[in-house]
Amino acid sequence: MALQSLDIKARSATTTPPPRVRDPIHVAKLIDISKCIGCKACQVACMEWNDLRDEVGTNTGIYDNPRDLTAQSWTVMRFSEVEVEQGRLEWLIRKDGCMHCEDPGCLKACPAPGAIVQSVNGIVDFHQEHCIGCGYCITGCPFDIPRLSKKDSKVYKCTLCSDRVAVGMEPACIKTCPTGALVFGTKGDMIRHAEGRIADLKERGYANAALYNPEGVGGTHVMYVLQHGDQPELYANLPKDPHISPLVSLWKGIAKPLMSLGIGLAVFAGFFHFVTAGPKEVEEEEERP
Amino acid sequence: MSTMIQRYTARERSNHWVVAIAFILAGLSGLALFHPAFFFLTNLFGGGPWTRILHPFIGVVMFLFFMVIAVQFWGRNRFTPADREWRKRIGDVVRNRDQGLPEAGKYNAGQKILFWVMVVSIPVLLISGIVVWQPWFAPFFPIGLLRVAVVVHALAAWIMILGIVVHVYAAIWVKGTVRAMTRGTVSAAWAKQHHRAWYREMTGK
Repeated sequence: MALQSLDIKARSATTTPPPRVRDPIHVAKLIDISKCIGCKACQVACMEWNDLRDEVGTNTGIYDNPRDLTAQSWTVMRFSEVEVEQGRLEWLIRKDGCMHCEDPGCLKACPAPGAIVQSVNGIVDFHQEHCIGCGYCITGCPFDIPRLSKKDSKVYKCTLCSDRVAVGMEPACIKTCPTGALVFGTKGDMIRHAEGRIADLKERGYANAALYNPEGVGGTHVMYVLQHGDQPELYANLPKDPHISPLVSLWKGIAKPLMSLGIGLAVFAGFFHFVTAGPKEVEEEEERP
Repeated sequence: MSTMIQRYTARERSNHWVVAIAFILAGLSGLALFHPAFFFLTNLFGGGPWTRILHPFIGVVMFLFFMVIAVQFWGRNRFTPADREWRKRIGDVVRNRDQGLPEAGKYNAGQKILFWVMVVSIPVLLISGIVVWQPWFAPFFPIGLLRVAVVVHALAAWIMILGIVVHVYAAIWVKGTVRAMTRGTVSAAWAKQHHRAWYREMTGK
């Protein structure tokens, strides 16, 4: 085949199966927050590999820089100063970005065929040339990740370096991380690696250390090792139980076919009423003025 | 040539048709973004991004011109006790058994219901549409509100489309009706049969 993908699991606004004859391994990025030193090398690597340069912002008195994800900044370190117990301050640094959900809300909400695709390996990718700029993906995402560019009205986010992964390389952020807080591999390997890290953290007094791989979105292909796995909100409001909003599920789930059917039935009802009951003719004789 | 009675002025007719054309364009572009089965309709508007750009502006045109209709037709669409009786006999109306129906004024109860459905749904569409309008307004609203707005917008649009399907069909079904909006006049016999109270008001008979 030419340069087309043959391992697509889901494709936005598409009701027939996408090409998925291949079944490659499922990949995952593991972010071990207990090892992160907040150096932002991953942010720089992301900018460099993806050829992005955000506008220089302003200092808002905290380390987060840039202040938020943007169409040009696909990953951002979020710094939380948390007093986990009286007198014990911890600096929790979470690398924020697309979680690559197994059940992606962005893809569910997207009305443009092929603007969002999910590869069998788990990567959720935006194809901006098909994006129409409606922002529906923003309503679908449980993690508030997609950002609409002011320049071109297309939506951007982390690609998990799908271009690098496709040729057997690790994502740029993984490549550059100096502490080994970021690792990349098959999803199974990453879960096993996390288990080792969690056992280690538990030995060191973090009784609630846990893997963040939320079931509500079918698991994610970007996972965290959290020292305080029972309180993900401590990490810059990481949602405890993320799931696609029921409103979005209603809208792009059952309502979409049922309401379309309803309109079709109304038109048919009119047509069949006409050919059975017939029109209302003016029966009376025309009057003379 | 039978006697004709003026039903709509040229201004009212033009206004109605601006709303109608805007409705068709907003409806087709809206459906294109609602279900993938209708995405091909984006071709009518110059592709996906143009459909997304044009749809809200078409909607605003529809809203503004409908507001003029709403104000002008408001008084004529107040429900009367006779409308209740008419609604009870809706089965007979559908089966074309119109004998002994309560006399209708300029509008019968069915037309009034449609009027009020539009009076509610069109402003709801405008407000919910502004909330999700990218890139101008949506960034100012929280994502939770955007989620409510997309569902409300789809629901209001659906109710409106169903209402218009009934509206268009009723105009075809009741012979002699369409010319009220194309030429502005209806035959005296039509008025006498379908809107007798209005007929008497217009002719003094």
